[in-house]
Amino acid sequence: MTYIAKPKVNLPGQPRNALGLLQRDYEGSLSTLCAGCGHDSITAALVQALWEMSIAPEKLVKLSGIGCSSKTPAYFVQGAHGFNSVHGRMPSVATGAHAGNRELICIGVSGDGDSLSIGFGQFGHAIRRNLNMLYLIENNGVYGLTKGQFSASADPGSKPKKGEPNQMQSINPVATAIAMGASFVARSFSGDREQLVALIKAGISHPGCALLDVISPCVTFNDHEGSTKSYAYTRQHMHEAASADFVPPATAITAEYKEGEAITVKMHDGSSIVLTKADPEYDPTHRSAAVRYLEKHRDKGQIPTGLLFIDEDWPDMHGIAGTAKKPLKEFTFDELSPGAAALEKLQRDMR
Amino acid sequence: MPATQSRVNDFVLKIGTVNGTGSASANGMLMKALFRMGIPVSGKNLFPSNIQGLPTWYEIRANHGGYMSRAARVDVMVAMNAQTYQKDLAEVSPGGFLVYDSTWPRERALKRDDITILGVPLSKLCNENFSVARLRILMKNIAYVGAVAALLDLDLEVIRTLLEETFGNKPKLIEDNLKAIMLGYDYARANFTCPLPVRAEKMNTSGGHILIDGNTAIGLGCVYAGATVGAWYPITPSTSVMDNFKTFCDMYRTDPETGEKRYCIVQAEDELAAAGMVLGANWVGARAFTPTSGPGISLMSEFIGFAYYAEIPSVFIDIQRVGPSTGMPTRTQQCDLMLAAYASHGDTRHPILLPANPHECFEMAVKVFDLADRLQSPVFLLSDLDIGMNDWRVPELKWDESYRPDRGKVLGPAELDKIEKFKRYTDFDGDGIPFRTLPGEDPRGAYFVRGSGHNSAGGYTEDSIEYQNVMDRLLIKWETAKKLVPHAILTQADRPTHLGVIAFGSSDGAVMEARERLAKQGVHLDYLRLRAFPFGEEVDQFLRDHDTVFVVEQNRDAQMRSLLMLETDHGSNRLISILNYNGMPIPSECVVEGISHHMAAEAAA
Repeated sequence: MTYIAKPKVNLPGQPRNALGLLQRDYEGSLSTLCAGCGHDSITAALVQALWEMSIAPEKLVKLSGIGCSSKTPAYFVQGAHGFNSVHGRMPSVATGAHAGNRELICIGVSGDGDSLSIGFGQFGHAIRRNLNMLYLIENNGVYGLTKGQFSASADPGSKPKKGEPNQMQSINPVATAIAMGASFVARSFSGDREQLVALIKAGISHPGCALLDVISPCVTFNDHEGSTKSYAYTRQHMHEAASADFVPPATAITAEYKEGEAITVKMHDGSSIVLTKADPEYDPTHRSAAVRYLEKHRDKGQIPTGLLFIDEDWPDMHGIAGTAKKPLKEFTFDELSPGAAALEKLQRDMR
Repeated sequence: MPATQSRVNDFVLKIGTVNGTGSASANGMLMKALFRMGIPVSGKNLFPSNIQGLPTWYEIRANHGGYMSRAARVDVMVAMNAQTYQKDLAEVSPGGFLVYDSTWPRERALKRDDITILGVPLSKLCNENFSVARLRILMKNIAYVGAVAALLDLDLEVIRTLLEETFGNKPKLIEDNLKAIMLGYDYARANFTCPLPVRAEKMNTSGGHILIDGNTAIGLGCVYAGATVGAWYPITPSTSVMDNFKTFCDMYRTDPETGEKRYCIVQAEDELAAAGMVLGANWVGARAFTPTSGPGISLMSEFIGFAYYAEIPSVFIDIQRVGPSTGMPTRTQQCDLMLAAYASHGDTRHPILLPANPHECFEMAVKVFDLADRLQSPVFLLSDLDIGMNDWRVPELKWDESYRPDRGKVLGPAELDKIEKFKRYTDFDGDGIPFRTLPGEDPRGAYFVRGSGHNSAGGYTEDSIEYQNVMDRLLIKWETAKKLVPHAILTQADRPTHLGVIAFGSSDGAVMEARERLAKQGVHLDYLRLRAFPFGEEVDQFLRDHDTVFVVEQNRDAQMRSLLMLETDHGSNRLISILNYNGMPIPSECVVEGISHHMAAEAAA
């Protein structure tokens, strides 16, 4: 980490977004993670994506559990409320927050330890409820803060810095999420800013639980020869299945796509996601095709990235529950409490 | 013939049946009939942790003096379950009566000379008069209502009205039920001297009263408090809190035109998640709660400690059942007191409200949200299975239209305009409570909620002094809580006394009755009923004013006595425990015997 804070100087001519805010306005406090940590690149991608989308800072909430990944919500969008909860329990806090105020944009930042071990249950149930949030897993295959134990996402055969290689199966959050019925599943790499920014934007626009698994190497404990979550290994083995371009609401799609390669998914807020398939055989709108594709590439030792599955029509938690459109916290007391006459009437049946 | 005392409006009727045979509605009808006859009545459902097939009992106590606790006697037993016949027979008090289904003979060995045994061929009567097999089984239970009505002189018109109300637009059901009742009624009248010396007689005490269980009252209270988010994981005996919250939300919170719901109930994946949801919703400014029981509180402890330290309003409703571990899920105890008071690792302390009956459950279900918002803290509402799942006769619930929720110290954009910089964990006015802001409103109010060490501005810290400042302020807040929680209620003895008794929650009825009985024996007791933790000044005063204080509670380890010793300066030698922890609601006999025994031992010493 560095202890030298960047000076807050607003240079004239810096670009401003639709809210008149600078990209600097979307930054947070200084990162305390190791220099070169993949997580810091993800933070930078979040800053860029949120600024470009012109999201009002106060409309955003940032939630996390425990671990290196879970420290990062402090490092972006200072003007947003943050909630660094307990280990593996970020999804439940996000569920409550979204239940109480459905207009908030929820970003949950978790890690492989936080979501695939202690929090595996809550991870699954956020997906099951299709909670409207961006669920980021900063995936490095190890526990950093406790100095390098394997996590549940460590691949069989992956070598630690010291000791024996991992011999257990890895829990793959992407495949698990698709199998559990997730409505949006993507994978990216902290070293691929362009892809990551596009997927963050698509995930935020998605009206349900958007799972974004990001391979994010741990430079201190898992970036060596023999690790399957290192920068070098990930670059060599990643394979983009479909790139996603995010097109904001009321914007014309200007890029040209080759016939048969692109699929345009219209989102409910008026934006679009244009998927460009690197692989002609791949169809991210079909769940079974997505699972087959993932398994095929796992056999080849490849790491498919990009938007891997999307179903933008599945109703979210409030859609399923039939909750009022107005955030529940906005209802006045008179709109909620039935009053004395109702209580009197109700008790007639209790006599 | 055994000598039978005349017991008019002073008896216990106990019914032993098989779980899942529809006896609950029959028993409810008997209880409500007594209530409508104007007689003070209480009912205790003693049921197994089972859906169908195991023995279950229902105890109804009618008492003209208004004593509502469990009485350790049985004047009339209706023994419908062959499997428990021997036990049920043994339990009848001398001079009492036992009614059984005489369709099949009972073993000759099973008899008693000191009670009267009345056989009614209920199955035979129903088999002869109903053709549908399923009806025969259900109506057998309704038929004993008829027999009991004749024996105890219950008002048939009241029972007919109850049936009409229950089955409203199903005239065939009313007809069948009435027929079954008359089968039992007519048989009893024809074969026995009716009514028995143990019987009911119309009174006029039910005006201004209702029959309600505590979980219904809490569910209703949460609606009246303006709670919009309920998160829970099903667990006996708290499940009906959320069932009732949903029922009342459907009634009062669903837009008649659009069908939109002004509430959100989330059935969580476990209690850990339910607690997290409560924190998340309260954090954004919605009133949220979770109902659970002891095992759930164990699981929620992680988040309870978080809410204590990060100062997030949160409401935890614990309907206590018998512990430890899974314990006896359908039996009652007051065993989560210590757990609730100090839940979670590190230095933590939480306010607790202690309702004594469903009427207080309703009031405190509103109060608990105000306290949580005001104190920015987890606050417990600690009820138990006896209060929660049994129907209690209580004064009607009242609602004050001028009530407005106390949302505590919340800064919105207008208030933020007036201050230079928002500091989340700074106390400005000496009550130990800081100001909070809500997400979604203003970037100037943004802060980072964390369970890790933080300073008075909310920033991360590992600095000893900054850490300690926050922890010490939380102690000041604890002192404020003592002034805000409901105070204990003092009932003085008829004459000055150095003896006191302390109790709380569902032990109240037993203590009230025991005091009157003990006074007749010359033992006079001042009574302090605790309604909350932390203890206010009045508790300290009571302990100072009495040489000996009996502490009545329903757990093995005297948890309230321990709390009193921990949180006040009063020593153990003056606090005498009276304990009942067998899973049955505490009877007044337990208190009378416990205190008498101590007094006798003292006198002998």
